[in-house]
Amino acid sequence: MTNAWTDIKNTDLVVVMGGNAAEAHPCGFKWVTEAKAQRGAKLIVVDPRYTRTASVADFYAPIRQGTDIAFLLGVINYCIKNDKVQWEYTKAFTNASYIVKDGYAYSDGLFTGYDEEKRDYDRSSWDYVMGEDGFAVTDPTLQHPRCVWNLLKEHVSAYTPEMVERICGTPRDKFLRVAQMISECSSPTKTMTSMYALGWTQHSHGAQNIRAMAMLQLILGNIGVRGGGMNALRGHSNIQGLTDLGLMSHLLTGYLNMPTEKETDFETYMSSRQFRPLRPGQTSYWQNYRKFMVSFQKSMWGDAARADNGWAYDYLPKLDVPAYDVLRVFELMNSGRVNGYICQGFNPVLAFPNRGKVTSALSKLKFLITMDPLETETARFWENHGEYNDIATRSINTEVFQLPTTCFAEEEGSLTNSGRWLQWHWQGGSPPGEAKHDTWIMAQIFLRIRELYRKEGGPFPDPILNLSWNYHDPNEPEPEELAKEINGRALTDLRDPADPNRVLVPAGKLVTNFSQLRDDGSTACGCWIYSGCFNEAGNNMARRDNHDPDDTGAYLGWTFAWPLNRRTLYNRASADLQGKPWDPSRKLLEWDGTKWTGYDVPDIAPNARPDQVMPFIMNQEGVSRLFSRGLMRDGPFPSHMEPFESPVANVFNPRMRGNPVARIFQSDVAQFGTSDEFPFAATSYRLTEHFHYWTKHNRVNAALQPEFFVEISEELAALRGVVNGGWVRVWSKRGSVKAKAVVTKRIRPLTCDGKVVHVVGIPLHWGFVGAAKKGFGPNSLSPFVGEANIETPSYKAFLVNLEPTTAPGVQS
Amino acid sequence: MSDSPRTAVSNPPVQPMASNLGQGDLIRRSATDELPPPQRQLTPVAKLIDVSKCIGCKACQSACVEWNDTTPAVGENVGAYTNPHDLTENMFTLMRFTEWVNPSTDNLEWLIRKDGCMHCADPGCLKACPAPGAIVQYTNGIVDFIHENCIGCGYCVKGCPFNIPRISKADHRAYKCTLCSDRVAVGQGPACAKACPTQAIVFGTKEDMKRHAEGRIADLKSRGYANAGLYDPPGVGGTHVMYVLHHNDQPHIYAGLPDDPKISAVVQTWKGLTKYVGLAAMGFMAAGSLIHGVFTRPNRVSREDEENAEKLVKTGGAEPPPPAEERA
Amino acid sequence: MNMELSRRGFLRAAGAGVAGTSLGAMGFSEAEAAVAAYVRPLKLANTTETRNTCPYCSVACGIILYSKGDVRKGERAEIVHIEGDADHPTNRGTLCPKGAALKDFVQAPTRLTRPMHRKPGSDRFEPITWDAALDRIARLMKDDRDANFVLRNDAGIPVNRWTTTGMLAASATTNETAWTTFKVAKSLGIVGFDNQARV
Repeated sequence: MTNAWTDIKNTDLVVVMGGNAAEAHPCGFKWVTEAKAQRGAKLIVVDPRYTRTASVADFYAPIRQGTDIAFLLGVINYCIKNDKVQWEYTKAFTNASYIVKDGYAYSDGLFTGYDEEKRDYDRSSWDYVMGEDGFAVTDPTLQHPRCVWNLLKEHVSAYTPEMVERICGTPRDKFLRVAQMISECSSPTKTMTSMYALGWTQHSHGAQNIRAMAMLQLILGNIGVRGGGMNALRGHSNIQGLTDLGLMSHLLTGYLNMPTEKETDFETYMSSRQFRPLRPGQTSYWQNYRKFMVSFQKSMWGDAARADNGWAYDYLPKLDVPAYDVLRVFELMNSGRVNGYICQGFNPVLAFPNRGKVTSALSKLKFLITMDPLETETARFWENHGEYNDIATRSINTEVFQLPTTCFAEEEGSLTNSGRWLQWHWQGGSPPGEAKHDTWIMAQIFLRIRELYRKEGGPFPDPILNLSWNYHDPNEPEPEELAKEINGRALTDLRDPADPNRVLVPAGKLVTNFSQLRDDGSTACGCWIYSGCFNEAGNNMARRDNHDPDDTGAYLGWTFAWPLNRRTLYNRASADLQGKPWDPSRKLLEWDGTKWTGYDVPDIAPNARPDQVMPFIMNQEGVSRLFSRGLMRDGPFPSHMEPFESPVANVFNPRMRGNPVARIFQSDVAQFGTSDEFPFAATSYRLTEHFHYWTKHNRVNAALQPEFFVEISEELAALRGVVNGGWVRVWSKRGSVKAKAVVTKRIRPLTCDGKVVHVVGIPLHWGFVGAAKKGFGPNSLSPFVGEANIETPSYKAFLVNLEPTTAPGVQS
Repeated sequence: MSDSPRTAVSNPPVQPMASNLGQGDLIRRSATDELPPPQRQLTPVAKLIDVSKCIGCKACQSACVEWNDTTPAVGENVGAYTNPHDLTENMFTLMRFTEWVNPSTDNLEWLIRKDGCMHCADPGCLKACPAPGAIVQYTNGIVDFIHENCIGCGYCVKGCPFNIPRISKADHRAYKCTLCSDRVAVGQGPACAKACPTQAIVFGTKEDMKRHAEGRIADLKSRGYANAGLYDPPGVGGTHVMYVLHHNDQPHIYAGLPDDPKISAVVQTWKGLTKYVGLAAMGFMAAGSLIHGVFTRPNRVSREDEENAEKLVKTGGAEPPPPAEERA
Repeated sequence: MNMELSRRGFLRAAGAGVAGTSLGAMGFSEAEAAVAAYVRPLKLANTTETRNTCPYCSVACGIILYSKGDVRKGERAEIVHIEGDADHPTNRGTLCPKGAALKDFVQAPTRLTRPMHRKPGSDRFEPITWDAALDRIARLMKDDRDANFVLRNDAGIPVNRWTTTGMLAASATTNETAWTTFKVAKSLGIVGFDNQARV
């Protein structure tokens, strides 16, 4: 989230699209009801289903799943056509005025440079015209035909209300009502917030869904302001933290990147990360990359990371592919090329698409280790549960270890919420039986392997033998010492460059924050964006001052928010070029003539003049990007793409299937279905009574929503002869499930491109262990294809068929 | 910005505290003629359920189960979100879901109402109850069941215009929402009100709750709900659980909320009747139970009593609520 | 007599309670029956409070764990109740249906309490000691790393990656746990390393 949950109370309009906040984040959603009750805010829900969020909305519009880009570009088109643009903001704070190279173009649903064979674009033409001064060329008057604004105007012009209705199935009048309500927020004194989640990410074009809304928010002037922003609600309690800390194949901590094998040494790696500003006087904060990277390497390997060995650059594995993401790993596993796998608090048998393939892959492992507080289907994937897990147990030679871990109540430490708050919590209960902390288990595995390498040697043991492990008790590192390691410390006295006699941070002391990090090996820092979380002032994540001066919703004294305790990202954009708040009643920051002051930690150098230094300091431009250059694989602008399994063809290019650059494994091609065989558009989602596959172990939640079901319209029920509460079979090209049918008025057939589209809703909370009734998940049906940029599986739009059936275990 | 009144939002104490609800706070006691007058008048309290803010998440059900240590069974899906399918002796409150197409706009509205004891100012259950002290009413308005005194006859079910109490199959006693009397007694709000994510459920003095409702109703009217209003039915003397309804002109669309609930005329005079009919019969039955060994089949008592009660209610002429279907 | 009645076992109370109370109502022991009108004592009295956050979604609501016993005093602590923390700016004491039932996650019958091991081809888990499990895991991992570690690519560039063992990290563990996990996985050279954020 760019903003915080508590900031939502400041909004005038909430758009819930690509999410279902009332059901998935009820206590965060309270700030929506608060905004409605206290400031008369309105709530719009755009969703294939009339959800519980829709039940308290002021306006609901249906949409076919997977067509959000068309809808949002339609709204942008409406705003441009009706002059509903926050012009001053758009001109000053976006790249609207930047001139784009001549080669760039878009036609027939594709951008310049498409290579069908490689399923990839040559992105070289998707860039700015560079001037002789080394800076990007701009036209502040927006007259130049090749400026971003004019290209955008042209790009979105195809998305008329009629086109939106044709693609999305949203009736024209409903679309226009939504567009009109949103467009009102182009006023500098009206803000809209976007609350989204996996309804936008779990598509082969997920990142472009989000970009489309971000662009809309930018031209409305809603980024960086109170009650505005792009608010990714996120899923698990620490999914933000795990991402920030880089527990991903392609990441290191703090959004530093894992090196690829093309980056043969440290200097080569750094050479593509200079981040020179593209406009004069701009911050381009990533220019500090080297400081963060060197400090990270020092944190990992201490004295073994030296200038003369490129800071132990070789200790990091080098990628030969963009990422060994989960889909790639399970593809490799299924082809016999993975031997061991560790699932720490993870249940891939229910979490990953095409469950048949997932189970087949796990069956080929030599060993599987699960670490979890609860039973999981994954730990027992080899166990036969009749129709629910019909498997030949004896034929599976995987050795399985099921290790019991503690849960939240039995451990101490911090979690990062979606508003980037790092909140400390304390242990209140004793672990059951022999359950152990994850830190103990990871330490035990590590210490044993390290001992084996000490004794036996082996290939390249250096990164293992030299990993810094200076903990009070090496067998179980303590949360506070780990937090300090993440925060970072001075390794030698840090002296003031202006006054070498002045020691800023004595050797061994914790750094105050990342501004003190250096690239000469004199500092260590586990995760630069978290620096400041635990410094010499103490554990800032444990702060509990819940005062909120002037009721802004900032709560600067409550725990710690990254970066630097900042609560609203890009908050300098809440003020105009003179440094005055766009909306005085919603002031965040103000320029007092010499520095920025206000309710939040400024997201800009405190003395950066408002007319000179632009707010988007992480970008080389200093401004935000309506045109994203070559930074995304599937286009510098979002464009309409159908799901890989879609009930209708892409109206811009009927030959084009799904995202044209999304990766597809050869082995999966035969497992895509078409609408002839699978006529219904399925989508999957959570219900408010459950959290993923955890709460089915809880007797209370199991009682509140006991049994797997699918939701269909009264029209589809009539078409297929399904009765409410009866059993149905739902199947795709990849699998088949049985479920109870909930026949509802909350799902209605849509008409898209002249065709009636029936939607089948499939919640995801059931499996074969726990207190709830045994059931299936949508992952038995969904396709093995990921998002083009990040490989998030496409759970939100695929094709199924459906018929009445009998209960599992009963012959029909 | 003004804050809404919410006495529920504070954390409960862990240090021992004296209960603020005792014998001297009773204003009514079932089948008891000579109840001493209360020693003081507590401020009437109320739970206000704003249906328009409710997101149907069932946090109230969950919090209710956890606080009251009940054990609802894991049932099945019968084609609805309402789970369990009815109130039970283990589920004192229930979100009832209704898909309603508004004829004036043709828009679907998903009406979600938290069902449970309304804590009537004039409680039909208490008036119908023949067991002395099985149902009590405190001066703050809470109507509570004292299970030790309950004989499981089921009269309370028949006497309730909202069809709320449920008889346990396990111990043959009547159960329903206590308004978390144990929490209120130490200055806390009910567990459901504290949990409610959107604060659609709020708790406080009845006066405050009515004032809070006024603000909510004004907001709803500004959003086009011309008939928004407060449900505090006079037929039962008003209630200590009230609703804000967007369509207060037709409460019945909210899963059969009675438009104009009343205690049947018979129950109103129940006390006299039971003295001579109900209790005499029960005295006989109890004596009989000793002879016939009803220990193993205690339901027999309540079944007969239910029949008696049903007869009484029917002859009373008032509209009886639909019979309780126990489907736990 | 009546206080005793309230403490009676369930079966006895069912019948005897009927006899006692209804006869009492007829005027035999009116005064005794009246004593039973009392509210349940607050069940949190004398418990220990601990501040925590909900482990489910990323709103991260503040919660209070109420326990019998205090881990900070070295005692065994059993969670008896969990409720929202009214001091927390985001949730203000409220909780959703999952958070409100957290106690029954902590106490789920399907909580794991000891390490288990499934041999190849077996149809059951068998208990294993922590030491035996961890020794065996370390052996399996080292053997796989030794056999399959890629030191250099075809061009002779050091790549130091281990692709044949992968790991999924838990998205509800603490940042401190995540950092420990990160250090172990990346230093071993595991590249097939992801978390729930991928999904």
